[in-house]
Amino acid sequence: MAYTEEELKKELENKEYEYGFYTDIESDTFPVGLNEEIVIAISKKKEEPAWMTEWRLEAFKAWKQMEEPDWANITYKKPDFQAISYYSAPNSKPKYDSLDEVDPELLDTFKKLGISLDEQKKLAGVAVDIVMDSVSVATTFKKTLAEKGIIFCSISEAIKEHPELVRKYIGTVVPQKDNFYAALNSAVFSDGSFCYIPKGVRCPMELSTYFRINQAGTGQFERTLVIADEGSYVSYLEGCTAPSRDENQLHAAVVELIALDDAEIKYSTVQNWFPGDKEGKGGVFNFVTKRGICHKNSKISWTQVETGSAVTWKYPSCILKGDNSIGEFYSIAVTNNYQQADTGTKMVHIGKNTRSTIISKGISAGKSQNSYRGLVQVNSRAENARNFSQCDSLLMGNECGAHTFPYIEAKNKSAQIEHEATTSKIGEDQIFYCNQRGIDTEKAIALIVNGFSKEVLNKLPMEFAVEAQKLLEISLEGSVG
Amino acid sequence: MAFENKIDVEHPVHDIRSEAFKNFEEKGFPTKKEEAWKYTSLKALQKIDFSIFPKEVDALENKQVKKYFLQEIDTYKIVFVDGIYSSFLSETTHDGVDICLMSAALTKPMYKQYIDVYFNKVASKDDSLTTLNTAFSREGAFIYIPKNKMPKKPVEIVHFSTGNEASLMLQPRNLIVAEENAELQVIERHQSLTSHEVLTNVVTEIFAAESAIVDYYKIQNDEKTASLIDNTYINQKSKSVVKVHTFSFGGKLIRNNLNFYQNGEYIDSTMKGVTILGDKQHVDHHTLVHHIEPNCESHQDYKGIYGENSTGVFNGKIIVEKIAQKTNAFQQNNNILISDKATINTKPQLEIFADDVKCSHGCTIGQLDEDALFYLQSRGIPKKEARALLMYAFANNVLESVRISELKTSINRLIAEKLGVRLGFDL
Repeated sequence: MAYTEEELKKELENKEYEYGFYTDIESDTFPVGLNEEIVIAISKKKEEPAWMTEWRLEAFKAWKQMEEPDWANITYKKPDFQAISYYSAPNSKPKYDSLDEVDPELLDTFKKLGISLDEQKKLAGVAVDIVMDSVSVATTFKKTLAEKGIIFCSISEAIKEHPELVRKYIGTVVPQKDNFYAALNSAVFSDGSFCYIPKGVRCPMELSTYFRINQAGTGQFERTLVIADEGSYVSYLEGCTAPSRDENQLHAAVVELIALDDAEIKYSTVQNWFPGDKEGKGGVFNFVTKRGICHKNSKISWTQVETGSAVTWKYPSCILKGDNSIGEFYSIAVTNNYQQADTGTKMVHIGKNTRSTIISKGISAGKSQNSYRGLVQVNSRAENARNFSQCDSLLMGNECGAHTFPYIEAKNKSAQIEHEATTSKIGEDQIFYCNQRGIDTEKAIALIVNGFSKEVLNKLPMEFAVEAQKLLEISLEGSVG
Repeated sequence: MAFENKIDVEHPVHDIRSEAFKNFEEKGFPTKKEEAWKYTSLKALQKIDFSIFPKEVDALENKQVKKYFLQEIDTYKIVFVDGIYSSFLSETTHDGVDICLMSAALTKPMYKQYIDVYFNKVASKDDSLTTLNTAFSREGAFIYIPKNKMPKKPVEIVHFSTGNEASLMLQPRNLIVAEENAELQVIERHQSLTSHEVLTNVVTEIFAAESAIVDYYKIQNDEKTASLIDNTYINQKSKSVVKVHTFSFGGKLIRNNLNFYQNGEYIDSTMKGVTILGDKQHVDHHTLVHHIEPNCESHQDYKGIYGENSTGVFNGKIIVEKIAQKTNAFQQNNNILISDKATINTKPQLEIFADDVKCSHGCTIGQLDEDALFYLQSRGIPKKEARALLMYAFANNVLESVRISELKTSINRLIAEKLGVRLGFDL
């Protein structure tokens, strides 16, 4: 039986969100709306010190003056910020030491997600700090990490226990006033992860966090802060799945990475939030600010697999401040049905001999719109800066769109910048070539899509690559291979 | 309106003008806040008090301006001095083809049919600078090539400014129509003869009917006080071939808005450019290719060499509509920075809604190859010449496709002059 692109399209359309389920846990939720009192209340609820409350209020003040940006190549109904509840926490408040104590319903959720909190995790070498509706409920492997001096906990815990570190670094990469959503996040962030790797330590395992949006009508405002001290190394994973929901849910996270001299941070994301059904109804709005700063000889590497969300607006960036620092960005963005993605990166070269690599793969199917928007900026003092960018788009069906908006600004004569972009569909000759060698069309398409995204998939840590492939399958590959 | 005293209110295009003026009044000059003007500021120019209606001018001597024309071959010439037609320097024709003036086309009844069909039909009705030009349009070149015709020689459109006024703003308006199967070569040049400030805001509309071939060359090698905003709109019908070459070597601020609209199948659109800048020059190339129908091609190739404090901008936009399947769109932008204070901003942009297409863009910023430089030096070529040779080679791809060999020679000479070398052979 010949497997045509038509059929592939049909299959894709009918593919419902597999992880659409909803856990019923009594939540401790704030009334909807946003004002100074809510900000103070959130801060109080989290037992934060006064400086943090002030910091939030400062951000809130700035946010009130700001306007929602509309330059991205996406259209959506702007969320009503007064119709969102800004805090919700699972009710089972105390922290657990063993799994037995955890709400069985919650455990069931994790099982469906394929996250096992049990011994298997240890074998896999993954410590999971699970964020379920904004509050960290379980942290494993903390002790192993503590032995090395690594701090890996929720940000609210870090604010209480390591205020000096948080105070020193929070908002240094993404200031409160950076943009509309970053300001909103700074004012109301409920929780998130904090990670500190001490000098010269190589983190022995992949650190990972699963974010989920669970409570109806609650926004998720995560704040992640990763600090790699001199000469250290950490690989950080972040993965997301969310239950089906008809209302649009807003997610405005902020991630700050700080790589001090000679440090290396590898940050990987697999994002599979509910993209809305095939009529484009529902789905998550994902407006995220992610940015890292590289000091001398350090390296930050972003890898992302974006398959979910109705609207994505995300640009993980690197500020290459120190000499000889390296920034990398590897991305696969898959859009289907009515999904819209405007994603890319910014590489700001400030230090000498800085290097950056951008590999972006966009796959659009259905009626979706997929945009790459990137900036490569070489400042006048960035001698010998080097950049290589490649953006490839694959179009499936004639109702989707692929767009590229690369900005390249060079102010130094020793800069070497290359940018390449291509847009094409799966070539008939490619499929023919495979057919000729006895590979049927179905397998051929799978092979080609796989090959197209391999470059980025290869960059994911082993443990995550499996899950990423699974997610790609759900959005695209599953139906072809 | 102030200019109505100067031009005929009864004019058939009066309505178009007042409409355009209204639009400009609403929009005003573009600012850096607009995405399309992100890297180019007109603020400094807006501060200058430009005179829009030049006073009567002295006649120019032929020998004074001879060097600005192609010398080796004979051409038709449409020459303007401070925006006013100079019959003495020009050579127009009505022999089978019409190579004459916009003012004549706008006033003479026999041309009304063309004005009705073509005037302001492809030019943007909401771009503020284009509407400003439309509002003040009265002079420029009008070229009409009927079916299956080709003029005997290329056409040169030259605008001189003499600076009798302290600062002058010129708004020439050109209309070029090539009917079915017609062929045409045009060379456009703006030249200031003094050191007074000049701002030229020119709009050119080109219509290429089925199977027509139009070659358009823009030579931009003006004085350092001359600024140019060039708005070119091209409407192509099936199987037509339009090539626009832009050579930007001089001027203070140059902005090229080059827009191709492909209204037919099997169209070929080519835009190429060489930019060599020094000093505080600023050149901004904005191209748009709108692929509206299937089976068309577009090729873009822009090379830039930026020295001293110069700034270069390239913004190339390719839009492929949903029905424009089998489109091949290529875009290439290569840049060399030879000074620490030079800046290049480039944004090659693709917006694609069709799936069966081949679209690519490439963009590089780099330096001259040190090894190649060493190779040449080791063979006795001085460093300066060796560098010039490499830069020349870098730009050669674009130069090669110039189809008027005398023009090619003259551009080569300009490049050698700009690079400050004698290459020892006639390029």
